[in-house]
Amino acid sequence: MEGLPILSLMMLVPLAGALLCLFAGAAQARWIALGATLVTFAMGLALWSNYQIGGPQWQFTERAELFAGFSYALGIDGIALLLIMLSVFLMPICILASWDAIQKRVGEYMAAFLFMEVLMIGTFAAQDLFLFYVFFEAGLIPMYLIIGVWGGDNRIYASYKFFLYTLLGSVLMLIAMFWMVAEAGTSDIPTLMQYDFPPEAQRWLWLAFFASFAVKVPMWPFHTWLPDAHVQAPTAGSVILAGVLLKLGGYGFIRFSLPMFPDASADFAWLVYILSMIAVVYTSLVALVQADMKKLIAYSSVAHMAIVTVGLFAFNVQGLEGAMIIMLSHGLVSGALFLCVGVIYDRLHTREIARYGGLAINMPYYALFFLLFTMASIGLPGTSGFVGEFLSLAGIYQTSSLVALISTTGIILGAAYMLYLYRRVAFGGQTNEDAAAMPDISAREWIMMAPIAAAVLWMGVYPESFLAPMRADIAVLDARIAAAAPASDAQLAPGTPRAEAANALPHQENADHAGGSQESAREGAH
Amino acid sequence: MEFAPSFALVAPELLLIAAGLVLLLVAAWGGDKAARPMTIAAAAALFGAGFLLVPGLHFGIDGPATLAFGGLLKIDSFALFAKALIYLAAIGALVIAPAFFNSPAAGTERMMRAEYPVLVLFATVGMSIMVSANDFMSLYLGLELNSLSAYVLAAILRRDTRSGEAGLKYFVLGALASGILLYGMSLLYGFTGSTSFTAVRAGLTGEMGTGALFGVIFVLSGLAFKISAVPFHMWTPDVYEGAPTPVTAFFATAPKVAAVALTARVTFEVFGGQVAAWQQIVMFTALASIIFGALGAIGQENLKRLLAYSSINNIGFILLGLAVANQTGAAAMLVYLFIYVAMSLGSFVALLMLRSEDGGLYETFADIRGLSVTRPAIAWALLLFMFSLAGIPPLLGFFAKFVVFQATVEAGLVAFGAIAIAASVIGAFYYIKFVKVMFFDEPAGVVTGRSGTGHWALLFLTAAIISPLGYLLTPSLTDLADKAAASLFLAV
Repeated sequence: MEGLPILSLMMLVPLAGALLCLFAGAAQARWIALGATLVTFAMGLALWSNYQIGGPQWQFTERAELFAGFSYALGIDGIALLLIMLSVFLMPICILASWDAIQKRVGEYMAAFLFMEVLMIGTFAAQDLFLFYVFFEAGLIPMYLIIGVWGGDNRIYASYKFFLYTLLGSVLMLIAMFWMVAEAGTSDIPTLMQYDFPPEAQRWLWLAFFASFAVKVPMWPFHTWLPDAHVQAPTAGSVILAGVLLKLGGYGFIRFSLPMFPDASADFAWLVYILSMIAVVYTSLVALVQADMKKLIAYSSVAHMAIVTVGLFAFNVQGLEGAMIIMLSHGLVSGALFLCVGVIYDRLHTREIARYGGLAINMPYYALFFLLFTMASIGLPGTSGFVGEFLSLAGIYQTSSLVALISTTGIILGAAYMLYLYRRVAFGGQTNEDAAAMPDISAREWIMMAPIAAAVLWMGVYPESFLAPMRADIAVLDARIAAAAPASDAQLAPGTPRAEAANALPHQENADHAGGSQESAREGAH
Repeated sequence: MEFAPSFALVAPELLLIAAGLVLLLVAAWGGDKAARPMTIAAAAALFGAGFLLVPGLHFGIDGPATLAFGGLLKIDSFALFAKALIYLAAIGALVIAPAFFNSPAAGTERMMRAEYPVLVLFATVGMSIMVSANDFMSLYLGLELNSLSAYVLAAILRRDTRSGEAGLKYFVLGALASGILLYGMSLLYGFTGSTSFTAVRAGLTGEMGTGALFGVIFVLSGLAFKISAVPFHMWTPDVYEGAPTPVTAFFATAPKVAAVALTARVTFEVFGGQVAAWQQIVMFTALASIIFGALGAIGQENLKRLLAYSSINNIGFILLGLAVANQTGAAAMLVYLFIYVAMSLGSFVALLMLRSEDGGLYETFADIRGLSVTRPAIAWALLLFMFSLAGIPPLLGFFAKFVVFQATVEAGLVAFGAIAIAASVIGAFYYIKFVKVMFFDEPAGVVTGRSGTGHWALLFLTAAIISPLGYLLTPSLTDLADKAAASLFLAV
């Protein structure tokens, strides 16, 4: 694969598809979009299989000098690889989710989604500061159109709010980028990640970047655009918004704020902690009282993303890895939950929880999938949510036990609002006749849900597949920020380990012991 | 005195003057029937004049060889860049005119008036003189030739009261501005003893007296009026709304370029030794233009009026480049000017294409509701222009803002740049309102008329320039702007 500009190709295919879709009829546009996203996904798989774990930090690099300080530089590390995989994995599912639901202006709709895909891949793969900004910011245009044209009743308000909030955050970041490039003399991201800016300047730069990423993540109190945008966007729009766009904020912290301004990150860690703690508790409580399913999931996204930011600013490997896994897991799970909402919305055209009930009776497969994703959202062991939340909270516990304590309430509250939602939708009596008459999921919906379910379980059972590619990159990042890490309040005093486990039994029967060791040997061989 | 080199330097102007005079005679005998061929001839003359600029633009000309008529004019790379832009904008204003004036529903005239191309030509000559002025006398000469032609152009629909009102307002306020400018020039003459830029600059060294400072401020105020920068912007919305749309398109582009280029030349060449005296004024004007241009546009229903505020807003960003007060800033300003001309011309062409079945023109938000369903090509082009004006990447408007803000930050004006860029978000609010109305609302279905090939061609051309394809132009654009800015700073 050396020499083949696979990252550029991955952007070219959806771009070509988008241009075709603009001029195609409805039926063709659907197939073109599906084909383009599937080809891109296949290329993504090739990308992953050719990614050398333990190889150079930046792989698949491409570079072409352009004008006025711009250069077209692409390249990925493990972190970017996983987020690109998430994007290209969700994209065909989004197209399928819109197959029947979108009936007006199908070509333009598909084109907007394919443009989004180009921009998302570009954002994660960009190695030039300004190129990153172009991709990061250009996503506003298709997303504004997706919410505004194909959204719900209050779509115009939501689209304005989305656009202006995110724009205001980003432009300040642009000013900071100019300053950084003028100071460091390069716009190359890998170089800047190792550049030591003066500590005083770091604070301003950090705040400017924070303005952008905090809106994207979103952190409390900058989150108010999210529920509006989610509720009004079409199903697939919500999936992309929750699945990938929110990850841009987390990616920004991990790629820019932490490695470029480690001192300022440590100085402002308290700010991140406080906002995250408020977000976890407050938005979880808000989610508990929602009557609209999408709004509930949107608020739960804010709570989950708060655990991501807590993990990121834990300044240790567990926290960073946990944050990354939650981002991936949340991308899959919240995307899947929005799909679940979309499935019943397509049938009954309401998102009001009270209009449903007892769906487990007439839609057993649907209830099964919904239950799986509900459990993954709660963080049940065996699902992806558990791995991420556990690592993240373990990481922050080493830095601040108080933050860990309060953040953990998010898991409990998460179980509360998700189970409450599930009980009202899937269990209980069938109070509404029209809801009781809904057919179970179709083959198309099976195809949408099953891959996500498989991925969620895979990530929950064997997270090593996802941890391995980014392990080296996380280690580099950890080494970079270790010097600045804030003091831990946990005051762990390592004791002297005992010779035997506390529950070890005195050795009496040799046969038993031998059997046990045989068993453990077999275990090891597996 | 040997005049041959001087005449060679002003060959484009001579061509335009000759063409203007010949066409005036044609108009006198041929009448309004000749308007259409005259427009074509005028555009050809402008094209020819533009062609004469190419060698100088390509190789760059600086130094004493650029002085014409004993130092009254200075035809350097900077002047050439501005002229090229002015001629292009003027050609655009000519191309879109016949289809507008010849449709009876557009105005109250029977057909296009033959004076239109002649006036555009003379205004262009005036602008040419403005941008190459090296003396306050030639500056004023060019400014007035341009302004007088422009007053008549604004009022060219004689039976349309709005057009007459626009012309009168423009004339009265323009005369006031000229008076302020003249007063400032007289003060400077009084305190330095000359009207030549070089001599005034030499006279303004060291500690500046109050009188001279007043001169500087009056001159800058007069120029601020011409570029419609806040706080001298009040005339713009009224004139833009009242003037016939092709004339508005002309006002928003060519004279803006000329006035901005003139302002840059005066500030850098004449007041270049006294940066401290004017930098804060320009910074204030820039910020105020960005903020008031954005705030004023909110709540406007008339699209032309809205674009007038948008031009005020854009002048603010252009002035950012001026406020930086160095060569990078000047180059950034010129790049912005080029992109601004493409965006404005494109937006106005798109407005001209919003016509009813019988050729009448629509110009309010209510009329373009749901345009993306009924006329998708126009709607998508307008979408590109609006996002580009808002400075959203990957459109070329982003590149314009990019270079200007980069220059601002590199010069150390970080806080200033941060405030300005945050204020640009206010502007984004009404630009995306365009998109909202065209794409999100239910179709009004009134825009049904057909448009001529000239309009379509110009629309596609400008849309292609501001689309990501336009980035292919940026290397040569940046190169030309750098050369032009360098010649501006040669005297320093």
